[in-house]
Amino acid sequence: MTDQQQRDLLHDEVEAGTTTGLASPSVDVTSARQNSLWSDAWGSLRRNVLFWIGAVLTVLFAVMAVFPQLFARGQDPRACDLANSKALPSAEHWFGYDVQGCDYMANVVYGARNSLIIGIVAVLVVLVLGVLVGALAGYFGGWTDGILSRLTDVFYALPLILGALVLLRVGPSTSIPIINTRGPGAVALALALFGWMTAMRLVRSQVIAVKSSDYVAAARAMGASNTRILVRHIMPNAVAPVLVYTTITIGVLIAAEATLTYLGVGLQRPAISWGLQIAAGQDSIRTAPHLVLFPSIVLTLTVMAFIMMGDALRDALDPRQRA
Amino acid sequence: MGRYIARRLLIAIPTLVGASILIFAMVYALPGDPIRALAGDRPISPAVVQVLTDRFHLDDPLFVQYWEYLKGLLSGDLGTDFRGRPVLDTIERTLPVTIRLTIVAVIFEAVIGLIAGVLAGIRRNGYFDNLVLVSTTVIVSIPILVLAFLAQLLFGLKLGWFPIAGTRDGWYSYVLPGLVLASGSLAYVARLTRTSIAENMRADYVRTAKAKGLPPSRVILRHTLRNSLIPVVTFIGADIGALLGGAIVTETVFNLPGIGRELFDSIKAQEGAVVVGIVTLMVFFFIFFNLIVDVLYAVLDPRIRYD
Amino acid sequence: MTRSEIISSTEPAPTGAALLEVDDLYVEFRQRSGTVHAVNGVSYSLAPGQTLAILGESGSGKSVSAQAIMGILDTPPAVITGGIRFEGRDMLAMQPEDQRKIRGPGISMIFQDALSALNPVYSVGWQIGEMFRVHQGASRKEAKQRAIELMDRVRIPAAARRVNDYPHQFSGGMRQRVMIAMAIALDPRILIADEPTTALDVTVQAQVMDLLKDLQQETGMGLILITHDLGVVNEVADDVAVMYAGRIVERGTVDDVFTRPAHPYTEGLMKSVPQVEAKGGRLQPIVGQPPNLAAIPSGCPFHPRCAHRRLGAAAAPGRECATDDPPLRLVAPGREAACHYSEEVLGV
Repeated sequence: MTDQQQRDLLHDEVEAGTTTGLASPSVDVTSARQNSLWSDAWGSLRRNVLFWIGAVLTVLFAVMAVFPQLFARGQDPRACDLANSKALPSAEHWFGYDVQGCDYMANVVYGARNSLIIGIVAVLVVLVLGVLVGALAGYFGGWTDGILSRLTDVFYALPLILGALVLLRVGPSTSIPIINTRGPGAVALALALFGWMTAMRLVRSQVIAVKSSDYVAAARAMGASNTRILVRHIMPNAVAPVLVYTTITIGVLIAAEATLTYLGVGLQRPAISWGLQIAAGQDSIRTAPHLVLFPSIVLTLTVMAFIMMGDALRDALDPRQRA
Repeated sequence: MGRYIARRLLIAIPTLVGASILIFAMVYALPGDPIRALAGDRPISPAVVQVLTDRFHLDDPLFVQYWEYLKGLLSGDLGTDFRGRPVLDTIERTLPVTIRLTIVAVIFEAVIGLIAGVLAGIRRNGYFDNLVLVSTTVIVSIPILVLAFLAQLLFGLKLGWFPIAGTRDGWYSYVLPGLVLASGSLAYVARLTRTSIAENMRADYVRTAKAKGLPPSRVILRHTLRNSLIPVVTFIGADIGALLGGAIVTETVFNLPGIGRELFDSIKAQEGAVVVGIVTLMVFFFIFFNLIVDVLYAVLDPRIRYD
Repeated sequence: MTRSEIISSTEPAPTGAALLEVDDLYVEFRQRSGTVHAVNGVSYSLAPGQTLAILGESGSGKSVSAQAIMGILDTPPAVITGGIRFEGRDMLAMQPEDQRKIRGPGISMIFQDALSALNPVYSVGWQIGEMFRVHQGASRKEAKQRAIELMDRVRIPAAARRVNDYPHQFSGGMRQRVMIAMAIALDPRILIADEPTTALDVTVQAQVMDLLKDLQQETGMGLILITHDLGVVNEVADDVAVMYAGRIVERGTVDDVFTRPAHPYTEGLMKSVPQVEAKGGRLQPIVGQPPNLAAIPSGCPFHPRCAHRRLGAAAAPGRECATDDPPLRLVAPGREAACHYSEEVLGV
C-alpha cells in the first residue's frame, strides 16, 4: 500500500467517524498463521473489558429489537392519552410521556428494531458493494482498477449524510423501487450507496497485498484459476480487517440513520424511531429535556456497543498493536 | 515536486467533475418526474413547467444538461433559485458563517487533540493515556446530533455559559457549535498523535539522537515530535475540507446561517440549483484541501518529495 | 564543550588508566512476563588505539552492553548495575546531564542499519551539523561547513553538493559513511560500532571497515566493534571477547583465539564458518538453540549445546557442567575462558 492510499484510508476512517486502525499496511498471512491469529485474538478478546461491555450491550439491543415487549414494562407504545403529554419520568413510567402522551419508555424500546434493521441491512449492502468492487479492482488492476478507483473517489468526495440526504429527498418522486418508499429499505439503501467506499479500498488493498505474495504466486504456478485464487487464498486474508470495519460501521450507520430521520428525510411517522423522537423532543428541550435525553442515550449506547466491539476486535486481530 | 503536484491535480479534476455530475444527476435526472421533484409541494402551472424545462434543458440527455450547467459554472453563473436570487449571492451570504465555524473547530481539534495525544503518547499505558483512550472511544460513539443537544442542555441551558443558537454574540457564538463539530476529529487527532508518538519513540533514529548526546528536550521535540506530526498535520489539513462540508447537523441544531443549513433548507425546499451549487462547492473544498495536504505531505516528508 | 574541558571539569584520570573500564556489568529488563537477563557480569577494558571485537550471536547481550555503556537504555525497564568507568570516572554514578555530555565528544556510536538510524526528515548535513550546534554552540552556517569537511573526510564524493540531500537518497555504504561522519564529528575517545557492516554488500563492507581503521589510526580512538562476523574480527581487531548468554566466555588476542579456541562455543563458531586455511573439512553448525535470556540454563549456560560437557559422575568435583557455573579464568598465558575443561578444548 502506498502512503497515499494509506492516507486515503485514514480519511475514510475519519469519514466513518471512527478509528479502525486499519490504515496500516496489511500483512500477508498464511493459513497456519491465520489459525493462530484467530485463537490469539479470542484469547485477548476474552480479557478485554470493553469487548464484553460492547457484546453485552449488543445482545441486549438485539433482544430488544426482536422482543420489545420484554422491555416495555407492559406498555403499548401507541396507547396514548394527551392528558399525559410531556409528563416527566416517574416510578411507574421510567422515561415519562412524550408530546402525544404515549409511554416514552415503550416508544424508545420499540425504536431499537428500525435502527438495528437499517444498520445491519445497510452494512450488508456496503459489504456486497465494497467486496465486489474492491476485489475486482485489486485483482485485475490496470484499467479496471483505474476506472473503479476513480469511481470510488467520486463517491468518496460526497459526505455520507449529504449524499443520502439528497437521494432520500428526491427519492419519493422517482420511479426507482425501494428508494421511492420512504421506508427502512430506502434509508438502508441510500446509506449503503454513499458508504461503501472505505470497504472497497480496504478489500482492494488487501487483495493487492495478498496477490503479490509468494504463496499466491505458487498457487498460480500450479494452475489454480482466478476464481479459485480469489476465493481460497485472497478472501480469507481480507476477513479480519473487513470484520473489524463491519462491526464499527454498523454503529456508524445507525447514527447516520438517526441523523437522516432527525433531518426529516429518513423514516416518517407513524414509524417509531429514535431520530423521530429526538426531532419531536427538540421543541420542548427547555420544558421536557427527557424527550431528547432518553432516545439520545439509548442511541449512543447502541452506537458505542458496536464501536467498542470493533475497537476490541481490531486490537485483538492486529498483533502489531499488542504491547 | 512539480510533477508530483501535477499528478495529484490530474486525479483531482476528474473527481471533482465526476462528483458534480453525480449530484447533478441525483437532483435533475433520476427516473421519475424531475419537474415535480423540483417544484416539490408547490402547485405548478404549465408555463412554469415550460420555463423549468427550458432552463435546465430537461428535454436533452443528461450530459447535454450538465454541459450547459458547466458552461454557466465556468463563467461564474451558478443559476438562480425559484425566487430568482442568484445562487452565488446565497453562497456569499452564508459561507463566512461556515468558515468561522470551521476555524473555531480546527483550533479545538488541533490544540486539544494534539496536547492530549502527545501527553498520552509520551507516557504510554499511564493513567492519562488510559483516560484519553476511554474518553476518545466515548466521544467517537456519540452521534454529533446527540452531542449537539447534550452541549445545548448542559453548557447552554443548565450552566448558561454559552449561547445555544444564532450568531448574535460574534465569535463567542461559535464556541459551542465549534466544539461539537470538532469532537470526532479531535478524538481522532488525539489517538493518531498518541500512536504516532509512541511508535516514533521506539524508532532507531531516536536512539541515534540519544547516542549523539542531544538534550532530552531536543530528542523529543526535534526528533520524535517533528516526525510524529507528519500524519497529524496532514490529517488536520484534509479535515478542514471535510469540516467545511460536514456542518449540516451542527449548523441546523445551533441555528447558524451557514452553507450547511442553507443546503439543508434547499434540499427540503427542493431548490435544485442551490443544492447543486453548494454541494459542488463543498466537493471542491474537500478535493482542494486534499490537494493542499498532498503538497504539505511532500513538504514535510522528503521521502515523498523526491519520488 | 570540547574534550579538554570535559577532562578538566573533573578530577584528572589516574595515569595509565584505561580509556574505558567495564566492571561486572549486569543489565536486566524487568517485564510483566519475567526478568530478561541480557548482560550478566561482563568486564573488560579498552586502551587508546585498541580495537576490541565483541563477538556473539544475536541475543548474546553484545548490543545491550554497548547501549548500557552509551547510557541510551531506558531505565526502567532496564536495570543496570556494576561499573562503567570512562577515563576513570564512574558513568553510572553521574548525573544524566553529565553523562549526556560525554556522548559525542567522549564516546559515540554507529548502528547497524543507517537507513533507519538516520532521521528521514532532515538532510544529512543538518544531522551531522547538529553535533556541532548542540555540543559546541556552532552557528547553522558553520555547522554545515564542518559537516561538509567531515563528509569529505569519510570519503563521500561531492560532499558540498550532497550535504543537503536526505538519507534515503544515498546508497547503503554512503549512508553508513554519513553515520560514521556524525559519530566522529567531535573526535570521540571511543567509537562503538554495532554491526556496522552487516547490512552492506561484501565489497562495501571492506571499504567501510578500511575507513574505520584509517580513522582510528588518525585519531588514536579506542574502537569497540560489535559483530557476529568472524571475518571482520579477523581483519581489524586486536583483541576479541566472545559473548554467550550475556557473559564473556572467552577473551584473548584475535590470533590466539582464532587459531586455538579455549571455549567449546568459540570452537563451535570456528567450525561453523568456512575458513581458507582449513580446506576439506566439513562445516559443523552448533547444535541446539541460543539460550532464552528469561530462562538461562543452570550451571554453564552453554552446557546444553556443548560437545565437551561432562555431566554427573563423569565430571570432576566442583566442575559439573549442568550445576557449576564456570568463572572466566586464566587458562593459558594471555588467555581467559569460562569453561571447566578449557585445557581439554585447547588440547593441552
